[in-house]
Amino acid sequence: MAEILVYVDHVDGAVRKPTLELLTLARRLGEPVAVALGNGAADAAPALAEHGAVKVLTADAPEFAEYLVVPKVEALQAAYEAVSPAAVLVPSSAEGKEIAARLAVRIGSGIITDAIDLEAGDEGPVATQSAFAASFTTKSRVSKGTPVITVKPNSAPVEAAPAAGAVEALAVSFSEKAHGTKVVSRTPRESTGRPELTEAAIVVSGGRGVNGAENFGLIEALADSLGAAVGASRAAVDAGWYPHSNQVGQTGKSVSPQLYIASGISGAIQHRAGMQTSKTIVAINKDAEAPIFDLVDYGVVGDLFDVVPQLTEEVKSRKG
Amino acid sequence: MSLRIVVCVKYVPDATGDRHFADDLTVDRDDVDGLLSELDEYAVEQALQIAEEADEAEVTVLTVGPEDAKDALRKALSMGADKAVHVEDDDLHGSDVMATSLVLAKAIEKTGYDVVIAGMASTDGTMGVLPAILAERLGVPQVTLLSEVKVEDGKVTGRRDGDTASEQLEASLPAVVSVTDQSGEARYPSFKGIMAAKKKPVESLDLSDLDIEAEEVGLEGSWTAVDSAAERPARTAGTIVKDEGEGGKQLAEFLASQKFI
Ligand SMILES: Cc1cc2nc3c(=O)[nH]c(=O)nc-3n(C[C@H](O)[C@H](O)[C@@H](O)COP(=O)(O)OP(=O)(O)OC[C@H]3O[C@@H](n4cnc5c(N)ncnc54)[C@H](O)[C@@H]3O)c2cc1C
Ligand SMILES: Cc1cc2nc3c(=O)[nH]c(=O)nc-3n(C[C@H](O)[C@H](O)[C@H](O)COP(=O)(O)OP(=O)(O)OC[C@H]3O[C@@H](n4cnc5c(N)ncnc54)[C@H](O)[C@@H]3O)c2cc1C
Repeated sequence: MAEILVYVDHVDGAVRKPTLELLTLARRLGEPVAVALGNGAADAAPALAEHGAVKVLTADAPEFAEYLVVPKVEALQAAYEAVSPAAVLVPSSAEGKEIAARLAVRIGSGIITDAIDLEAGDEGPVATQSAFAASFTTKSRVSKGTPVITVKPNSAPVEAAPAAGAVEALAVSFSEKAHGTKVVSRTPRESTGRPELTEAAIVVSGGRGVNGAENFGLIEALADSLGAAVGASRAAVDAGWYPHSNQVGQTGKSVSPQLYIASGISGAIQHRAGMQTSKTIVAINKDAEAPIFDLVDYGVVGDLFDVVPQLTEEVKSRKG
Repeated sequence: MSLRIVVCVKYVPDATGDRHFADDLTVDRDDVDGLLSELDEYAVEQALQIAEEADEAEVTVLTVGPEDAKDALRKALSMGADKAVHVEDDDLHGSDVMATSLVLAKAIEKTGYDVVIAGMASTDGTMGVLPAILAERLGVPQVTLLSEVKVEDGKVTGRRDGDTASEQLEASLPAVVSVTDQSGEARYPSFKGIMAAKKKPVESLDLSDLDIEAEEVGLEGSWTAVDSAAERPARTAGTIVKDEGEGGKQLAEFLASQKFI
């Protein structure tokens, strides 16, 4: 059976959910071989085996942390050469996309980014993409070389499918190019204790209507009552009310949760680009004409300062 | 010596228009107004600021696109760029990212550069990978997705705000840079700038000028193929209620009915 290379996104060995989703998709195409790089790579193996990896190739070297992107490209290329896979799958994070793209150039292949689904086809994997702020759905293929495809979070269920997960050390030697861009310093983002925005099943977002950093507490309280992540529109971010890392939209994160609740957000095309594929969409806005209402499954025309706290109380009391 | 900055700018269909695909499954550019991708305005802005800081610098804006793509170049020239290069050839129609990047890389080498600056992503394809691909093709460092950038003493430095951390990066020139919309508001063209832009040189190149064969680009030559494009079915109209004191409770009822609570 064909082998499918899966690039692992992990933090010190803790595998992030989008990689487990990739393993589900990879199993539709062949036998997943996972590639885990950097600090704690080998610790990722049990979770990868649990979700279907027949083999886990690992490598660690200071280069992965000290230089940008290229060392990881060279390691993935070494894995590609060792395995000769039928396809290479990479999670669609900003870094994942850059790694995938540079690998594609090196191996003379085409690349598809931001797939939202993947199936086996007669001429190789067929990727579903969502175009023009999710108003179109396309099906595409890589027509030259070994398909390199990046997949968005929440594109497939995480499924247990125990496999051997035999750990093998991957031999990597770095070229001069790997040392091109130095990471001089790194400041890790502080954890809020809330779910990761792109992975969360529920996202509660606030926009300009929230009217001040201090009022984002209302949005956070609702999010916490539902176990949700907090998002923000660019207007709220630009005003300095919430960090840019929480921005949802074209130039922020793209989210696809089971439930998206927008409060005080008008629904501009660039915001929609990042949330339109959410399964259920709810909005609270005092303007009945706001474009966000065109998207909603349920909308409340009203003042968020009345509706949001009442909703939070009701959620809390129902959850007991 | 003068610092040579090349800015890659893309001409895209207006996102607020009715964007769709043509019969051959490429982007329909005839039915929708085009413009300079808004995210590339940030790249032009940073190029101009870097040029202002340098002793001597020249900013060239470069696009690969159809005849109308000149509009994007004019906008960038009216913001303050010095000259423009337009790669235009009928055989380019339908090029994917590998084909487009091949053409851009050849045009950049022909123009000569110390720094290449691009946007974080286009507003149509939104792949966000072209700058990394250019760095790979040109064999120079990539310093991408910067929210702050500086070029000084033959080096580029900048801040990259990633998913899990914020990183300070450094590379020697020549290099490929891309900037995010957090890098600083783009200036508006002044009337003087708009008038001056009319006199600035726009060089046109075709595939033969770049020693690229027609088979390497365009719909047929691309590395990917689109098999179908379907408009997403309109959402069925949702329930909309007016808050008359019970809006939060009604919403909770809906969430409970959908098993979210
Ligand atoms: C909906 C959609 C989906 C697509 N999916 C794929 C795909 O999966 N695989 C694929 O190979 N192609 C794909 N394409 C084609 C691809 O988008 C274009 O070929 C191409 O111009 C490069 O990608 P981008 O515009 O998305 O670049 P991005 O990587 O998003 O652009 C980053 C920057 O590169 C520069 N740039 C990009 N294009 C040009 C240009 N023509 N001239 C000057 N500078 C430029 C700009 O500075 C821009 O800000 C897709 C196109 C569309 C419309
Ligand atoms: C290149 C580019 C990229 C962009 N990228 C993004 C992006 O990634 N994400 C993004 O979000 N935007 C993005 N934008 C900006 C986008 O165009 C909009 O400007 C932005 O989304 C507006 O945010 P908003 O809905 O919070 O604000 P507004 O459009 O001002 O809407 C505020 C809404 O709040 C409502 N409101 C006010 N007070 C109350 C109240 N008390 N109770 C209830 N409702 C109330 C109002 O009726 C209104 O509908 C981008 C723009 C460009 C040009």
